[in-house]
Amino acid sequence: MSTADRLVDYDELLTRYEPVIGLETHVELGTASKMFCGCSTTFGAEPNTQTCPVCLGMPGSLPVANAAAVESTIQIGLALGCSIASWSRFARKNYFYPDIPKGYQTSQFDEPLCVDGHLDVEVDGKTYRVEVERVHLEEDTGKNLHVGGATGRIHGADHSLVDFNRAGIPLVEIVTRPVPGAGALAPEVARAYVTELREIVQALGASDVRMEQGSLRCDVNISLNPTGATELGTRTETKNVNSLRSVERAVRFEMRRQAAVLDEGGRVVQETRHFHEDTGTTSSGRSKEEATDYRYFPEPDLVPLAPDADWIETLRAGLPELPAARRARLQEEWGISGTEMTWLANAGALGLVEQTVAAGAAPGDARKWWLGDLARRANDTAVELAELAVTPVQVAQLCGLVSAGTINDKLARQVLDGVLAGQGDPAQVVEAQGLAVMGESDELVAAVEAAIAGAPDVIAKVQSGKVAALGALVGAVMKTTRGKADAPTVKRMLEERVLGS
Amino acid sequence: MGSDLTTTDVAGLSRLLSAGEVSAVEVTRAHLDRIAAEDGALGAYLHVEAEAALAGATAIDEARARGDELGPLAGVPVALKDLVVTEGVPTTSGSRILEGWRPPYSATLATRLAEAGTVLLGKTNMDEFAMGSSTENSAYQVTRNPWDRDRIPGGSSGGSSAAVAGHLAPWSIGTDTGGSIRQPAAVTGLVGHKPTYGSVSRYGLIAFSSSLDQAGPMARTVLDAALMHEVIGGHDPRDSTSIDSPLTGLADAARAGAAGDLRGVRVGVVRELGGDGHTEGYEDGVLARTREAVELLAGLGAEVVEVSCPSFDLALPAYYLIAPSEASSNLSRYEGVRFGLRVGDDGSHDLDEVMALTREQGFGPEVKRRIILGTYALSSGLYDAYYAQAQKVRTLITRDFTAAFTGVDVLVSPTTPTVAFPIGSRVEDPIAMYAADLCTLPASLAGLPAISVPSGLSEGLPVGFQVMAPALADDRCYRVAAALEAAQDAARGHRLLDELPA
Repeated sequence: MSTADRLVDYDELLTRYEPVIGLETHVELGTASKMFCGCSTTFGAEPNTQTCPVCLGMPGSLPVANAAAVESTIQIGLALGCSIASWSRFARKNYFYPDIPKGYQTSQFDEPLCVDGHLDVEVDGKTYRVEVERVHLEEDTGKNLHVGGATGRIHGADHSLVDFNRAGIPLVEIVTRPVPGAGALAPEVARAYVTELREIVQALGASDVRMEQGSLRCDVNISLNPTGATELGTRTETKNVNSLRSVERAVRFEMRRQAAVLDEGGRVVQETRHFHEDTGTTSSGRSKEEATDYRYFPEPDLVPLAPDADWIETLRAGLPELPAARRARLQEEWGISGTEMTWLANAGALGLVEQTVAAGAAPGDARKWWLGDLARRANDTAVELAELAVTPVQVAQLCGLVSAGTINDKLARQVLDGVLAGQGDPAQVVEAQGLAVMGESDELVAAVEAAIAGAPDVIAKVQSGKVAALGALVGAVMKTTRGKADAPTVKRMLEERVLGS
Repeated sequence: MGSDLTTTDVAGLSRLLSAGEVSAVEVTRAHLDRIAAEDGALGAYLHVEAEAALAGATAIDEARARGDELGPLAGVPVALKDLVVTEGVPTTSGSRILEGWRPPYSATLATRLAEAGTVLLGKTNMDEFAMGSSTENSAYQVTRNPWDRDRIPGGSSGGSSAAVAGHLAPWSIGTDTGGSIRQPAAVTGLVGHKPTYGSVSRYGLIAFSSSLDQAGPMARTVLDAALMHEVIGGHDPRDSTSIDSPLTGLADAARAGAAGDLRGVRVGVVRELGGDGHTEGYEDGVLARTREAVELLAGLGAEVVEVSCPSFDLALPAYYLIAPSEASSNLSRYEGVRFGLRVGDDGSHDLDEVMALTREQGFGPEVKRRIILGTYALSSGLYDAYYAQAQKVRTLITRDFTAAFTGVDVLVSPTTPTVAFPIGSRVEDPIAMYAADLCTLPASLAGLPAISVPSGLSEGLPVGFQVMAPALADDRCYRVAAALEAAQDAARGHRLLDELPA
């Protein structure tokens, strides 16, 4: 990789250049079987165990299109406000590479399933409209594994292996038109677009959209043009952008690198570049200027897709509430600010909070637990919030125990530990560990009286008017009862005995 | 007994087997014996499954002895063109690039034939990847015409035609992209039918040109061809271009035709295929046999008219853009990574070089010629002028057919302009070789059914007569062909194949 790239300061480049971004996003659909055969799509299986003559491109084998994948693609198109083609065809994209079994990828070319949509994203309170040029359906490639080198890359490798488990998994490609006008916020707009797209696909249930597993992959196109110019500059296409943060970083880096090239009177090379997660930089891949001629032509092995209008309307009617509408509704219902809503959404807590509220918790309590303790625990153990071993229903039960006074916040954290450790529902943990707050039990009376007896100096201070000194005794009682007592109760009992007599 | 069994048609074998008059093992052994004796000279087979065939025949006989319910074709041997994928049985498509490949699965039609109880004798020679009209483009061997061993057996299904005409199989599977069933059937005195595109599953047929390829029967009689079509045809969910509608009674149509009454059938003679002003390249003998066949049909009550299909003149150039274009893509999978030949993987060549060396050494000259032609025709900037234009011509040809079929039930022509030509005579002249498909290309481009049935001899060699019908009206082909066959057999007192020189 080129460590020698000169970079222009970000704020400085914005005085001379305007960025134009474009995104090509690939979503691996969550269908049970592959795009053109019946093989399983489960992630992480032993290499080449989820293959058959069709996805291995064996001579004589033929594809049959997966109806569920076509349906998901149309749903994504509808959610993005696209027109759905009444006539659409697959096309062959011909090129040689070991990870494409047939010597061509079955894709779509000039007759995609969905065209002309858009996605509005909000950054810093401002809405940016990202125009979607097309949404089409294709098949994924296999994966090359380069063995024997230090980097896992092809250079220096001793030999290469190919795993075809991924070959033929349905892949939806969503291509935007060039997005001008984002200016300094171009990196954030790019990120917000991918984030929102991810939310939409998730809401549709079309894919698990996990960037780290590659079920959502992003290629970022960036060009700069001198401020005020009308023609687009030469763009680069950065691949391997495998997290939302990387989307932002990749745009920022390419803007700074291209500005340096242009400042020196150079020419940006139209090429594919690779993003490096570790350094946040990009490096040159193959040049597109000597582009492969893919010799696209309509796939003769598949009949054209002609989704009928009634079916499309049925799918449109069946679309779930989309993320933006849902956020607006919940913000209103919960009476929270846009900023708070953004936090919830960014933390991936929206659905969890919603379900917790649905299970009976007050919205404020639900937000407090998910964004507070639970977010911290997820962060500490490096898992997604949703992967924690606690359900929204359990969180609602916890909130219920607190508001009923059965436990206090401190005990509630202990109860949560128990729930996360698999000890059952909150009520079961309270029962099993005896964590309920003590009423005015004999045990508590004894503890209070012991505290009074044990601290005559404090009593004297309190009785001389320094009532605040009672706080030390509250602490002592809480300590002897290992936090199970209710602090206000303890305070009242102490006051009755020390001041009231 | 042996020679009788190898000259008996399938309908006859079926009767003998069902009645228990002969065993499947006897029938199979008779054919294997004849293959052993004759195929050294004929070169019809690339691979013979002798042991498996006898084992399969034994299993049929045992099942019959047990009283199991068996289909009428149980125990009838069959030969498959070597592009039909057969699990565990070598499948080369006539190419070095697949030498030694033993497929992990079977083609739908191979499975259907096996389920009907037929016994696989072996795999027949062919032009490499079905590209050719003489079987001389096979990477492995020359196949000779049983009528004259210095002549070609037609192509690309030349191994299948030679095997059946030479009595090394009672029938066989061929495939037809531009005429590769009909032309070899014509020049060897057989019946060959190219079904409606989508009538027979292409799953497991090594592709040449996907929008044109169609498998079909090659047999000694029209009835046998129809019987095989009924076994292999019908919807297959593994082929999305397969037509989801039942086959109309094909064998019944053949039987009805043989009764000899063609009253009410309107026959259109295509002017552009050997008619007035379009006789260049056609042999006089071929035109004479065609005229006689038409007269015979008229004598059986058919109403005969001449029909003009002007765009048929464009079929050859359109075909030689579409078929190579699809082939250039279909053949991309042969790069040495997953199966078949791999050349140069010795540590001194990079991936691109290994792929290039594999293809350079694995493909023969005609295959390379067509890959280059197709790659060129699909390249950006030329696509509209070549591939897209050829597709428009295809539409024009389809329209000519549609218009013609408003006035007639079937269209007829010679199957191929000449009788079998001498081996080697057209090898250096691809254009002359391509001309052998002149009459068969229009039905291929339009996806329509077309049959070739013998119409007699010219200079001692068989001439084929083609009957074309609208899509899914394959039964009309069988009916008219069977009528012609029955009338001719009756007139000469024996089958044409009986005149085959010993």
